Amino acid sequence: MIQLVPRQNASNLWQIATPLLAVLATMIAGGLLFATMGHNPVAAIRTIFWDPLFGMASGYSRPQLLVKAAPLILIASGLAIGFRAGIWNIGAEGQYIMGAITGAAVALALYPLEAWWLFPAMVAAGLAGGWAWGMIPALLRNWFGASEILVSLMLVYVAQRIAAWMAFGPMRNPQGMGFPGSRNLQQYPSASNPELIAGTGAHWGVVAAAFAVLATWFLMSRHIRGFHIRAAGTAPRAARFAGVRPAVLVAFCLGLSGALAGAAGLFEVAGPAGQITDRIGVGYGFTAIIVAFLGRLHPVGILLAGLLLALTYIGGELAQLTMGLPAASVQVFQGMLLFFLLGFDLLTRYQIRRRITA
Amino acid sequence: MQRRTLLATASAMMMALAAPVLAQDEPLKVGFIYVGPVGDGGWTYQHDQGRLAIEAEFGDRVETTFIESVPEGADAERALTQLALAGNKLIFATSFGFMDPVINVAQRFPDVKFEHATGYKTAENVATYDARFYEGRAVIGTIAGHMTQSNKIGYIGSFPIPEVIQGINSSFIHARKVNPDVEMRIVWVYSWFDPAKEAEAANALLAEGVDVIMQHTDSTAPLAQAQAAGAIGFGQASDMAAFAPTPRVSSIIDDWSPYYIKRVQAMLDGTWESGSSWAGIGDGEVVIGEISDAVPENVKAEALALRDAIAAGEYHPFTGPLNKADGTVWLAEGETASDADLQSMNFYVEGITAQIPQ
Amino acid sequence: MMIDPLSVFLLLLGASTPILFAALGELVVERAGVLNLGVEGMMITGALAGFGAAYSTGNPFLGFLVAACAGAAISMLFAALTQVFLANQVASGLALTLFGLGLAAMLGKPFEGVRAPSMPAGPLRINWIVWLGLVMVPLVWWFLNRTRSGLILRAVGENHEAAHALGYNIRLTRLAAIAFGGAMAGVGGAFISIATVLQWTEGMTAGAGWIALAIVVFSNWTAPGVLAGAWLFGGVTVLQLRLQAAGVAVPVQLLSMAPYLATIIVLVAISARQKFSRRAGTGAPGSLGTNFHALR
Repeated sequence: MIQLVPRQNASNLWQIATPLLAVLATMIAGGLLFATMGHNPVAAIRTIFWDPLFGMASGYSRPQLLVKAAPLILIASGLAIGFRAGIWNIGAEGQYIMGAITGAAVALALYPLEAWWLFPAMVAAGLAGGWAWGMIPALLRNWFGASEILVSLMLVYVAQRIAAWMAFGPMRNPQGMGFPGSRNLQQYPSASNPELIAGTGAHWGVVAAAFAVLATWFLMSRHIRGFHIRAAGTAPRAARFAGVRPAVLVAFCLGLSGALAGAAGLFEVAGPAGQITDRIGVGYGFTAIIVAFLGRLHPVGILLAGLLLALTYIGGELAQLTMGLPAASVQVFQGMLLFFLLGFDLLTRYQIRRRITA
Repeated sequence: MQRRTLLATASAMMMALAAPVLAQDEPLKVGFIYVGPVGDGGWTYQHDQGRLAIEAEFGDRVETTFIESVPEGADAERALTQLALAGNKLIFATSFGFMDPVINVAQRFPDVKFEHATGYKTAENVATYDARFYEGRAVIGTIAGHMTQSNKIGYIGSFPIPEVIQGINSSFIHARKVNPDVEMRIVWVYSWFDPAKEAEAANALLAEGVDVIMQHTDSTAPLAQAQAAGAIGFGQASDMAAFAPTPRVSSIIDDWSPYYIKRVQAMLDGTWESGSSWAGIGDGEVVIGEISDAVPENVKAEALALRDAIAAGEYHPFTGPLNKADGTVWLAEGETASDADLQSMNFYVEGITAQIPQ
Repeated sequence: MMIDPLSVFLLLLGASTPILFAALGELVVERAGVLNLGVEGMMITGALAGFGAAYSTGNPFLGFLVAACAGAAISMLFAALTQVFLANQVASGLALTLFGLGLAAMLGKPFEGVRAPSMPAGPLRINWIVWLGLVMVPLVWWFLNRTRSGLILRAVGENHEAAHALGYNIRLTRLAAIAFGGAMAGVGGAFISIATVLQWTEGMTAGAGWIALAIVVFSNWTAPGVLAGAWLFGGVTVLQLRLQAAGVAVPVQLLSMAPYLATIIVLVAISARQKFSRRAGTGAPGSLGTNFHALR
């Protein structure tokens, strides 16, 4: 018989080895999948994992990796802090939407004013919108003991409907020929979040994501609050004796992750997405949860996991384009990758031993 | 030595001579981005049929690729760029929400021609195209007016945008023309495709006493519900022949192939020009599906005569005298609606008692 | 303009059936202490498998049976990840949804454009599966509250350490609960493809699985509560469509927000009651969403 024994500290070797093993396993399973569909498995895997980085049009797709990964990394960085403390914000999608709405609202209200402070004001509004939406489950948990998992999830649905209402009602573009959707912020210079250096794809959201990775790393490994968070996650009782106030921690974690998700929404709506529509939430908030776990809740891991997921998105598009793989098979492939990554994670946290039977 | 040089020169000359021929032999690459999956059985499916028609028409002279299920916004811009980078010289973007991404990408690829469905922004290398669905609605509205026993026709709308409102008005005008007692009940589901909700909408209409259902949403759910209640309906976007002869008594089919073939031909001839195409029954873009035997012979003949009159340009479905729902005059006797009026239509015609949601 | 309440109720019965099945299944899963966010993925799997079987055999009831099996089968992926590999439940559930939607879309290609056989109407001209859903409510209630297995399941969900100490098999209990949840979600999804639409199309469950998750919260983790929740969520949609059909202008977006806000209010009220009166009520299961690993 085999037995699982928890490791005292997550194994460093396995930390690095398991993601590689999982990707390898996905390549094999995915290759089999593509082969049964009559496609060349080697070519398909190369198209998904290699071509976006080093293929013919990689000059374009490499920067796009950053664009696609930035919101995931930004949101996941915030979420991971809460997850470490055992505070489960699964409503980042809603906070993302609300950040996009509040941020865009500032620009739409002041249109067509051109001023240098407009974009910073939008960022502030986006942060505030996401923060406020994240604080609702925090306060409800602190005051009434309501589960933040469930409240934050319910608030996603509410936010989605607010977005639809905004797109059809208050924020509808008056020059939009009767179609739903707000003005396009890309065409409003002071409010837009453009590419900062041509050809790099990097907009302010990418900068913010990089900053978030550094800041959360600093917070978790160098700051007393990071210590409190880790203590609360691993030994809640002991943490309380050490002077950690749970209510403060709940408010801090949900507020911070909400604010970061809100900022991600703002950067997206002012940049790549351009406008508030009823479909402004494209699932970054949910995907970011997966990214946080794939990244082992560690800032560097999250950075890599976000880039890996972005790679499969862009590679998947390329595979559709060049090989005619249906979008659905790419989705299945991504699902496999997640399953393998989540499953193999066991090896970092547990040792497998042969059970000694008497 | 000399001989070799000569040979080399000759082959170089041969190459030079062959080059233009080769270029001509190289197939024209045509790309498509779809908002839904090819398997949606409606909107996207019909566009893909158009793509296949191009392949059938031009054979080796063209090479087509598509990317399906592309969310509107940032992802669309990337997918379009990927298509352009992959060497596609003509790119069809088949959803309204791709409008701003198309304009953005077109600016970066002046040599690539773009075709955007249902939008209103054009450029040097961006043309728009749409179909006059309201012409088809006039025909099936006529059938509906004859077929209803309860004098109540139900209409399932997707979004309150001009295209859908044109369809409602056109259906109503022609139903009432043949049956002055007809009333129209309208339900908005705020989705192009949500089978469960469309079924509920159909049931809500049936409970209101409606016995003919028209729909501007893509699933077959309303037909399935109509059948259970003994009512009739019409295929939408595709023929939905699986539900013939009843409840599906006819259908209004989007057929994009004539336009697609025309535009590809123009590319091959080097005569492509930007513009805005809005073709209808006459050009074969809106097709009335087979009228089933459930429809009496005289009604069928009347409907077909109307179809032919519209196709020949002898009759415009919006011909005065027509008043708006608020009683003000819209079109005087004999006056026909201008395209500009239709494209921004945001009112019901006189006789429809409902309000357009704002 | 008057609207006949009975007609609204009849509409409601059909409209709430898919979410009722899925939510009842998820209720049992959550009472066992597992949060499976993959309901949407299991529903779409059931929708496809059920449609495929109904179409191939011409028997819609066989379709529902196959849908239940398919839903249970795909739920085992989630079960393996969370119960064997001890992966995080939230992430695994989300991955299951993604995987299920993709798999169904891929395998569903041969079934596009064809039509399922019509279902014979059940008693009172109401679909048999609607009846089945209504019967499942007391059955699930009875199982959870009046059987020994139900007691064990609740114990496992409430406090898995204690249940383990008492000698109950946590993993097996949870596997069974997850499989039941998958089967119920499968039937709910199949109701959409076999009974409502009669065709297969990609993404046809259109978010019903997510609504089911909200209903379980609204229900305060009780079976009668799930029925009430399914009727509330289904009812708001039916009512707004019915009002529109009657020519009444309704603020659709704001109205559709209402059941979610109601769910939050219910959740807060119940949590507050538990917190301030220290009364042992039902409420969220104590071990919800956390994995269990026995050290011995």
